[in-house]
Amino acid sequence: MKGFMTDKNLPVIELKSVTKSFGAVQVLTDVNFVAYSGQVTALVGDNGAGKSTLIKGIAGVQPYDAGSIYFEGKEVQIKAPTDASVLGIEVVYQDLALCDNLDVVQNMFLGREMIRSISLDEENMEQKAKKTLSSLSVRNISSVRQKVSSLSGGQRQTVAIARSVLWENKLVILDEPTAALGVSQTKQVLKMVRNLADAGLAVVLISHNMQEVMAVADRIQILRLGQMVADLKASETSLNSIVSYITGAENLSLTGEASA
Amino acid sequence: MINNQEPGSNKSESNLINSDSVMTFKQEALALFSGIRQGRMGSLPAIIGFFILVILFSFLSPVFLTQLNFANLLQQSSPLIILALGLVFILLIAEIDLSAGVTSGLVSALFVVTLKNFGIPWWLAVILSIFVGVTVGLAIGILVAKVGIPSFIVTLAAFLAFQGLQIMVVGQGGLYRIETPAILSLENGNLSVTWGWILGALLVGFVLINGVLSRRRRSKNGHQNRAVSILYFKVISISVLIFTSIYILNMERGSNPEFKIKGVPIAVLVVLFVLIPSNYLLNKTTFGIHVYAVGGNPEAARRAGIKVGSLKIIIFMIGSGLASISGLMAASRVGTVDASAGRTVVLSGVAAAVVGGVSLFGGRGRLNDAVVGGLVIAVIDNGLGLLSLPSGLNLAVTGGVLLIAATADALSRKHGTINSR
Repeated sequence: MKGFMTDKNLPVIELKSVTKSFGAVQVLTDVNFVAYSGQVTALVGDNGAGKSTLIKGIAGVQPYDAGSIYFEGKEVQIKAPTDASVLGIEVVYQDLALCDNLDVVQNMFLGREMIRSISLDEENMEQKAKKTLSSLSVRNISSVRQKVSSLSGGQRQTVAIARSVLWENKLVILDEPTAALGVSQTKQVLKMVRNLADAGLAVVLISHNMQEVMAVADRIQILRLGQMVADLKASETSLNSIVSYITGAENLSLTGEASA
Repeated sequence: MINNQEPGSNKSESNLINSDSVMTFKQEALALFSGIRQGRMGSLPAIIGFFILVILFSFLSPVFLTQLNFANLLQQSSPLIILALGLVFILLIAEIDLSAGVTSGLVSALFVVTLKNFGIPWWLAVILSIFVGVTVGLAIGILVAKVGIPSFIVTLAAFLAFQGLQIMVVGQGGLYRIETPAILSLENGNLSVTWGWILGALLVGFVLINGVLSRRRRSKNGHQNRAVSILYFKVISISVLIFTSIYILNMERGSNPEFKIKGVPIAVLVVLFVLIPSNYLLNKTTFGIHVYAVGGNPEAARRAGIKVGSLKIIIFMIGSGLASISGLMAASRVGTVDASAGRTVVLSGVAAAVVGGVSLFGGRGRLNDAVVGGLVIAVIDNGLGLLSLPSGLNLAVTGGVLLIAATADALSRKHGTINSR
């Protein structure tokens, strides 16, 4: 596989025994989670396993009830979305949140525009946008001055992900980035996800597609019924064992590795 | 999407997005065509409509194509255009201000009444009445953005309430004459012949220098420029338009030889004073981008850290502020203010914006579109007036034109959405 754990890969975020419940329903129970810089960490699990709840806690949208969060080794409090963005955490949601009527550059810089005296610094923004896109080897966007309404789903996803890189974030969380994409677009987006990690960021990828996870992730963490049931190296596991962790049917596995 | 990268151009990474530094004429034509296909026509239909109407009316009425009527048309359209500019801001964030017209009327009423009753200087009365107008916008904005009442309802309530307030201010059947020369000259004065030419030269020079500087900056940073023929075309057509207009306006147009009337109407200058800074605000600043973002996708704007509520409040204040200026212009034109001033003008203002190509659904349209749209509405009004047709007809025609423009807007939006998914 492309990446592997070395001394250079430092834990960017570490959750220690976080819990969350909604009324009587315990959604997360004593969950530990780590994402390293330079790695793609896949977060998988069945519907209702608690993936979204775990992510919302990191993003500050829905703080945890208990447990501690360490960011780059230091304990931090994330109680609101702004806490997360100050730390350098960016979440790319499934519905993307792009403005169709603006162009690629305007979307990438939205809310953080560069200005020269009092006017927009269009040239510098365009320059920086192009640079970011090419650093991620994006080749599917022909002009950064075209409106997002004229882009395909894959191109939109590309813009949304590139936007998260522009701001020197340390942790990028991607919520099902390929769920609505075709085969070739999925391939492009996954390549970009890989490039993000290779650029030194910690990337968390939520996905239902196990082939995709196997292809791009370095580590795979598996949630089942609100508990972290496995933390695997992608290079040392198989599709079968992941599926059996997800479903909880370890004994179905024929590889034997799943009994660990 | 077609990747229009040429095969031999992958020399370096930085080169991958655009292969050439200047768009070819063919690329420009393709871009224009695909824009039109996606329903992004801007004010093109309105410009064509304007010229068709001009040709039509000049055949139907011998008076229409005279110097006097040309100046008259510009003066007639300017309060409408300024009102429409304010409405563009509001339409861009997908809101509506039905009270813009009565706000303009109320402000003009407050102006004349304070001037008459309190003996303050006229400029103070102007400042005070515009201040009241902006405060109205603040109140509407808070009710819409913070309380969460749909703008349609808030401004409908204001539409009714301000009519009542205006009757109370002016008095039932009251009529005030505008006696301030400075205010009267807004709609009745003209620039001298020399100043007219200077104004024209400044405008053309501004467009030319702006275009050249922007090209230079872009090429210095290695960005792609649009075909240079576009700039030439723009500058030449603008010069022809502006200088022909000034030439016509600088001819003697009065019917009384004792009383000479010539020169560019001051009303044109007032429109430019509003239009140029507004254009700058909307096209060149962070605020402008945020306006378009809120109109395009409010949720995305919110997640990007834009304070959507405050932005909406500011927009309503701009809208009401421009409506106030429009009210003073209308008062200057008519020469009097009564209890019903400004009551019916709001729908013409919305029509001007929409006919010009500003979308009712938010996020699409430019201020210049509203200028073109305002001229179209004014030509309809002016031309039908000259034909001495039944008076209801121009309202019916304006309504019909608005409906056609709104239909085009709705259809292009539908088409655009299908294309983008």
